Amino acid sequence: MTAIPLGSPRRLIEFTLDGQEARVPEGSTILDACRAAGKDIPTLCQGDTLTPKNACRVCVVEVEGARTLAPACSRKAEPGMDVLTDTERARHSRKIVLELLASSVDLSTTPKVAEWIKEYEAKPDRFGPDAARLNEEPKVDNDLYVRDYDKCILCYKCVDACGDQWQNTFAISVAGRGFDARIAVEHDAPLTDSACVYCGNCIEVCPTGALSFKSEFDMRAAGTWDESAQTETTTVCAYCGVGCNLTLHVQDNEIVKVTSPHDNPVTHGNLCIKGRFGYQHVQNRD
Amino acid sequence: MDLHFGDSKPTDEERAAVDALLGPPESAWEGADDRTDADLRWARGGREARERRDLLLPGLHAVNDRVGWISEGALDYLCRRLTVPPAEAYGVATFYSMFSMRPRPATVLHVCTDIACAAAGAAEVCAGVEARLGPGSGVSVERSPCLGLCERAPAALVVRAGAPAAGFSPAPPLPGSIDMRLRRGGAAAPDPAVGGSAASSSNAGRAGISGPGAENSARPALEDEPEGRLRGSRGRSPLVTGRGGVGESSYATAVAAPATIDSTIATATAPESAPAEPPATMAVPQAGQPGLILLRRIGAVDPTSLDDYRAHGGYEALRHAFAIGPAGVIREVTDAGLVGRGGAAFPTGRKWQATASQPDHPHYLVCNADESEPGTFKDRVIMEGDPYALIESMTIAGYAVGAHKGYVYLRGEYPRALHRLTHAIEQARARGLLGDDVLGQGYAFDIEIRRGAGAYICGEETALFNSIEGYRGEPRSKPPFPVEKGLFGKPTAANNVETLVNVLPILTMGAQAYVAIGTEKSTGPKLFCVSGTIERPGIYELPFGATLGDLLDLAGKPDNLRAVLLGGAAGGFVRPDELDIPLTFEGTREAGTTLGSGVVLALDDTVPLPRVLLRIAEFFRDESCGQCVPCRVGTVRQEEALHRIAERTGAAAAGDIALLREVGRAMRDASICGLGQTAWNAVESAIDRLGAYE
Repeated sequence: MTAIPLGSPRRLIEFTLDGQEARVPEGSTILDACRAAGKDIPTLCQGDTLTPKNACRVCVVEVEGARTLAPACSRKAEPGMDVLTDTERARHSRKIVLELLASSVDLSTTPKVAEWIKEYEAKPDRFGPDAARLNEEPKVDNDLYVRDYDKCILCYKCVDACGDQWQNTFAISVAGRGFDARIAVEHDAPLTDSACVYCGNCIEVCPTGALSFKSEFDMRAAGTWDESAQTETTTVCAYCGVGCNLTLHVQDNEIVKVTSPHDNPVTHGNLCIKGRFGYQHVQNRD
Repeated sequence: MDLHFGDSKPTDEERAAVDALLGPPESAWEGADDRTDADLRWARGGREARERRDLLLPGLHAVNDRVGWISEGALDYLCRRLTVPPAEAYGVATFYSMFSMRPRPATVLHVCTDIACAAAGAAEVCAGVEARLGPGSGVSVERSPCLGLCERAPAALVVRAGAPAAGFSPAPPLPGSIDMRLRRGGAAAPDPAVGGSAASSSNAGRAGISGPGAENSARPALEDEPEGRLRGSRGRSPLVTGRGGVGESSYATAVAAPATIDSTIATATAPESAPAEPPATMAVPQAGQPGLILLRRIGAVDPTSLDDYRAHGGYEALRHAFAIGPAGVIREVTDAGLVGRGGAAFPTGRKWQATASQPDHPHYLVCNADESEPGTFKDRVIMEGDPYALIESMTIAGYAVGAHKGYVYLRGEYPRALHRLTHAIEQARARGLLGDDVLGQGYAFDIEIRRGAGAYICGEETALFNSIEGYRGEPRSKPPFPVEKGLFGKPTAANNVETLVNVLPILTMGAQAYVAIGTEKSTGPKLFCVSGTIERPGIYELPFGATLGDLLDLAGKPDNLRAVLLGGAAGGFVRPDELDIPLTFEGTREAGTTLGSGVVLALDDTVPLPRVLLRIAEFFRDESCGQCVPCRVGTVRQEEALHRIAERTGAAAAGDIALLREVGRAMRDASICGLGQTAWNAVESAIDRLGAYE
């Protein structure tokens, strides 16, 4: 377990969550309070290492007295607030959001979404066979990772991780507007012509598998990707003296993917190109 | 920030356009071609350059105005100059519909196909124009959302890229040092220093300020030189193109409204010789009538003359404001019960009080002139017909909230309003009515115009802040509210044009007299934008409380009225038998509809309702910023369903109507901002109130 800096003491906020008294430290979000109380609220664009963008709106809850629903991931708990997480109104919006996403985006590699679709009885097919989809082809323009924007829900997490929240490389941005908005580098060029430094921190935060290791992409295409057969081993990166934690995902005695624990105080889930992609020497058996 | 730039280089023209705005680059770090020894030893730029991020949008305008599109080289150069990551700048440039990242002809013709224009035959005009201005014609024809020229529907706007015409720069001048480099025809341009001294010497008395000498000495080039098609009724001979030149055309804009196929094509091919636009007063059928408050000066004053404005009571309110102090102004505005006229009806006094009391500094004032709600054109008429009124009221608002800087965010489709306001600001600055010492009262205030570039969403106040700051115009989540963290993260009061100009009568007649106008809960006069199939479309001023029927009678209601759209695309329809609805915030709310921005769009029974609804759905699909899922995908699904039932009624449409209701409910409940939350309003009201698809 990592040491957590104590910081200054925080006041406790008292409010009502689904009829129960809830007490959370000042600055906590409704989502924090829900999770502390053991309530499950679906989230997609929320990331544990990033400032909430509240773009997906799948975590909406009802706040008494508010005209619209509030995103649990970013609305801070306020004293005396009365929050209802499981009303028909909130569930309706979650269901529609899931339907809108599933009818336009390939969610086949998004963890948990299939359960939610079942739980909320979402029927993405009801928009008909002609419902507009993203219709993007995977962009395979380098040897390290693949951008399959057909799976992109535009959660902004990769943009934030690449930009001022972590990497400060600013290689990608949202381009275009509305349904035609896409994540792109400048002039929609290949990644190899961009500012990308291949740290892979965007892959780390991608909630849908739109960004993936080339190794994972190829294995999925070949039908050999099998997460149940993978082991995860957390170790320390051997390259420099920073001491980043690496989690090696191994299948059939081959490293197939490298991540970093999000609660690691050194990395917060972030790595550089060497730690993320420079593992081939480990497997060099000649 | 370790920025990566491509190898693309700007053309000389693109470089000149950017340098005209930003001045020449100071070092190779900022994109200068020659790298000096000093450049190798000292890194320049950094924080200082990054702090100019808000010049990104003006920079994109500069390139687009000059060349007509934004090339890779131009974008990269602009990024180097401002230390902006190219990917982010690309994201910003692709956000706005008036910019193109692909080569296109220098002349772009925006043909309005929105509701009012469609009802006036825009489809035929558009089809005819597209057929005759094909590839190779040198004109790119683009179907446009509402251009705010509804009283002259159908409308078309021509923008021809080129070098700035002498005496007129399409880029609004920026105060400060950059400004001076930007101005062309330096001798004729007003020098703030000179203006300042002239003002201080004349502050002694009112006569001094309004003396003809001061006016003449400060009058900029605009008055003496032709200014293209931007001139109003007082027009002089049209600007001849090709002057100043390299054989290339100069920047020009022109409007064809009401547009026919022939007039539109003539305007597009030769914008400089198109007939002059009628004066703003033509949009005010009541012009000259006694009893008008907000519109009283329109048509009566020369919008280019500060003296004329003063002769018609201008700057009395500001004097009174200085006499009663900022707290007094806020008290008057609060007592007057003024609420926002942009659509949200938030109490202005409370907003000002909340901004003024913030400990964080500086405070900003933002005037939201991004009037893009289909059917709305009141702010344009005010800015074109009485621009000084906006400047005076902004000065008062800035004084009240403790701001020293005000921004006007003006929609990109309003070249004449831009021109009039730019000129008026220069005049006011030269006469000491803006600047370091307004009216000699020791209060510093200046106004900068920022031009939008075709994005309805930027009328949402937080999206507007992002747009000014040089980011994509995406709404922020609230809280925090603008009064606490607004423009540049600082306390900001953001008000609509009409809201601001209401402050003038409040101060001159006093809150008591103002409250006597209108109803108890909706006080004061209100402007209504009447358009559609109606005899006398235009801006009408009525006290709150007049009924919809009163207004339509004034404007000449058609005998076969089918529906009235209140509040624009984000508003709702009402039936012809509901004309007794009082036009107040509470009255429309009680009737289950909305006043919104004051749109009253009449449709007779020859206008096919399903097509109108489809146009509204298209509008929201086009204008959604794409940030949140309910709006980004919901507006697409709404349009698809309306397409499916366009020719259906009854049971055949019932399934899709149920689907529309479900999606609409989620858009209303779960979207981040007002765009998504209201995207289903008009369609819902058409189904429920008008019985569309029955």
